[in-house]
Amino acid sequence: MRLLTHNMLSCNIKGVTNGFPLRLEVEKFVEKEVDFSAEFLRNIFPKIEWKALVDAARSMGYAELPDEADSSMLDSDDFLKKFHHALLELHLEEGALICPETGRRFPVNKGIPNMLLHEDEV
Amino acid sequence: MKLKQLEGLLGDLQQFSNPKVELEQYPTRPHIASRMLYMAENSFGDISGKVVADFGCGCGTLGIAGALLGAEYVVGVDIDSQSLELASLNAEDLELDIDLVLWDIRNSKWRGQIVDTVVMNPPFGTRKKGADIDFLSTALKVASQAVYSLHKTTTRDHVKKTALRDLNARSAEVLCELRFDVPQLYKFHKKKEVDIAVDLWRFVP
Ligand SMILES: C[S@@+](CC[C@H](N)C(=O)[O-])C[C@H]1O[C@@H](n2cnc3c(N)ncnc32)[C@H](O)[C@@H]1O
Repeated sequence: MRLLTHNMLSCNIKGVTNGFPLRLEVEKFVEKEVDFSAEFLRNIFPKIEWKALVDAARSMGYAELPDEADSSMLDSDDFLKKFHHALLELHLEEGALICPETGRRFPVNKGIPNMLLHEDEV
Repeated sequence: MKLKQLEGLLGDLQQFSNPKVELEQYPTRPHIASRMLYMAENSFGDISGKVVADFGCGCGTLGIAGALLGAEYVVGVDIDSQSLELASLNAEDLELDIDLVLWDIRNSKWRGQIVDTVVMNPPFGTRKKGADIDFLSTALKVASQAVYSLHKTTTRDHVKKTALRDLNARSAEVLCELRFDVPQLYKFHKKKEVDIAVDLWRFVP
């Protein structure tokens, strides 16, 4: 699972109102190179919840993203490269996603988060 | 990439080894999958450079077709972990990076409108009534640009009405009618496979 996916997933347990962002518990992560597209990054930037991305990247040891970002930074190649790396090249392989409200743990195995709910959570 | 080439690559994918009938696990055949994605890309520009989600991805055929046609990011979702492992192997064989999530589409919760296009071959609802509409309902919430889906031709009016009236789709259009071979759809079928008419739809959320 990459961090763009993390930016979309939210805890859907019944009654939970603040199920986003899920906290990362990292046992193993990998980095894989992806072709760089500035246009894609510029288009997607306004849809990204920045703080969620920054925190998730930090939990995988990548601390290069600024705490805050605005669209003027999209002119900087340096910024785009870092954004690209955090969003598309870091993969959580083993670990878990933790609901910020309930602490419920959604395990991640072989890169696949298990977001299925138990019967009493639906 | 040419249509034939795409169809050929999809033909090499591994398919469900133990299909679970209650989940309506039959693969979207390369013939159909390639046409669906090819049209989405070449007639509407909904694939290349986009974020594409494959709902009920099974062995990953549609999502992989999207990645082959230049989708920037593909995420496949299925309720069955064995299917996802297969999808992951299939993507790896073609050296494609695809994200996979084990999730029940019916109660999945997505933040933001990050996904541009949803492509899906939902369960036709022959096992669980309304399964196809459940998928459509989530897809129309998640996609910001378009939803491509397959539904039985016999349900055409119902799908159209539901999409426009209940699910607030801006448009619902049948792009073409296809033949779909479904294995053992009903217990009483003597033949191993039955051929049913299926519509390829494009919805605008
Ligand atoms: C007709 S198959 C789609 C096949 C896929 N396009 C392929 O080519 O392999 C339907 C898929 O939906 C999945 N499914 C059924 N109910 C689901 C649900 N509630 N949430 C997510 N996936 C579901 C099944 O596991 C199955 O893989």
